[in-house]
Amino acid sequence: MATELAAGLAARDAVETTVRPPGRMPLASAWSWLWPKLAALVVVLAVWQAVVWTGWKPDYVLPGPGPVFLRLAQDVGNANFDLGVAITLRRALIGYAIAVAIGTAAGILVARIAVLRKAIGSAILGLQSMPSIAWFPLAILLFGLNETAIFFVVILGAAPAIAGGLLSGVDHVQPLLIRVGRVMGARGLGLYRHIILPAALPSFVGGLKQGWAFAWRSLMAGEIIGIVGHQLSLGQQIQFARDFADAEQLLAIIVVIFVIGVVIDSLFGTLDRAIRRRWGLLGADA
Amino acid sequence: MSNILQLSEKHSLSVERLTMAFPHDGRLLLALQGVTLEVEQGELVCIVGASGSGKSTLLNILAGLDEPSAGRAHVHGRVALMFQEAALLPWLTAAGNVELALELRGVRRPQRVDLARELLHRVHLDGFEKRLPHELSGGMKQRVALARALAQDADVLLMDEPFGALDAITRDRLHEELERIWTDTGLTILFVTHNAREAVRLGDRVLVFTSRPGRVGHEVKVDLPRPRSLDSPELAVIAGRITDRLKHEMSGRHDGN
Repeated sequence: MATELAAGLAARDAVETTVRPPGRMPLASAWSWLWPKLAALVVVLAVWQAVVWTGWKPDYVLPGPGPVFLRLAQDVGNANFDLGVAITLRRALIGYAIAVAIGTAAGILVARIAVLRKAIGSAILGLQSMPSIAWFPLAILLFGLNETAIFFVVILGAAPAIAGGLLSGVDHVQPLLIRVGRVMGARGLGLYRHIILPAALPSFVGGLKQGWAFAWRSLMAGEIIGIVGHQLSLGQQIQFARDFADAEQLLAIIVVIFVIGVVIDSLFGTLDRAIRRRWGLLGADA
Repeated sequence: MSNILQLSEKHSLSVERLTMAFPHDGRLLLALQGVTLEVEQGELVCIVGASGSGKSTLLNILAGLDEPSAGRAHVHGRVALMFQEAALLPWLTAAGNVELALELRGVRRPQRVDLARELLHRVHLDGFEKRLPHELSGGMKQRVALARALAQDADVLLMDEPFGALDAITRDRLHEELERIWTDTGLTILFVTHNAREAVRLGDRVLVFTSRPGRVGHEVKVDLPRPRSLDSPELAVIAGRITDRLKHEMSGRHDGN
């Protein structure tokens, strides 16, 4: 009887089980991922070159992609330039890490404590839309022209977005999942650990991603406005390039800043897709 | 007072003059009014009623999720609740969902894996331990939910139309499975459905709920031998009588809406 039942169920499962589409060749899928981006790049470079050829601006103000990438190639081997990239990335990572810690802690506290929510819930949303560079003059007054002022601006730019992402994730947890957790005996912090925080993860990652974008922006603005010490950060080098009317160098650095932004953003994109795949929220061909 | 304590010794679950009201459009809406019922230990009792008869509300109160407006609900021992949707946690595998219930019950990590596998085996999901919820069919999800409810090692299992969204064949299989598990474990089960046949198929007794406000309008004892077939004429006769009652009940209330 029992085995008969099991066999019947197994047969049924075979019918019911969702069939996974056969995985595509890794090479083919990499190519299908790559070619639209390459095509876009070619179009951008072509438009850029075309504008240069029209002679709208002299070469020393708007150089073409050729000289800029040549300059970039030279820069990459240059110790000072590499040091600048290292300085900027270090600031970005430290500032962002602190922002993640503060934003996450603030998000959890505000979500957990009703009074805090009423008091500063909407303030967090307001802070998100505040251009963080507006804080920079205050930061200079408070801390002087140094790295602390830059970190202050980076954190104020990124932390509200991270807290906001977490908060909105907590708010949008399916009530049914919370009931399931309570029926299983999860209460208070346990409910947070096992149900609410994992359920809020997609929105939290969205907040982390937005937080990174704000941090990177604030850092660049801070580095360009506030020349700190004698360190050759990327923002500082861009400002020097302008002062010396070195347009090739200026554009080369812009390319570097753009590429760093894209690479890190794509890391978040990968994380986001991994989560959505696990949750079954991806289309079959995505 | 002593009377009630005696009742809870004998009964696994007792509900006395339970009333539940929700504020709605500035008025109080009565979901349950004066519900009284008792379920003996090891009994499988079905509640059948039209939608809006407060059946889910009753289960939520019994599971401790909601507080009643008046009256008392007492469950002897631990209680588990299965919802109409499987409500599996989408970030955990089938085994992970069961293991979480074990963890929250206080089972130590080394034992959890084996126990979860055993529970999934009990609902015939061997080999599906590593699957994520979205990789399972509706019937399989409900079986994981059943395994998860069993993992709570509860004395009383409350089921809120758990098979309502499944196709007839899958539901048939799950009836057999539930009956087998009930026989093996001696669980007390309170099973809510809007399907009279399902209620007669499973229940030792069937309680027919009236609508708005919900209360026990009628009780039917089902003396058919087990396992019962949904298609047997004897079952159909009893289910037919219950359906008539429900229809009568609904038409009587129709003008009130």
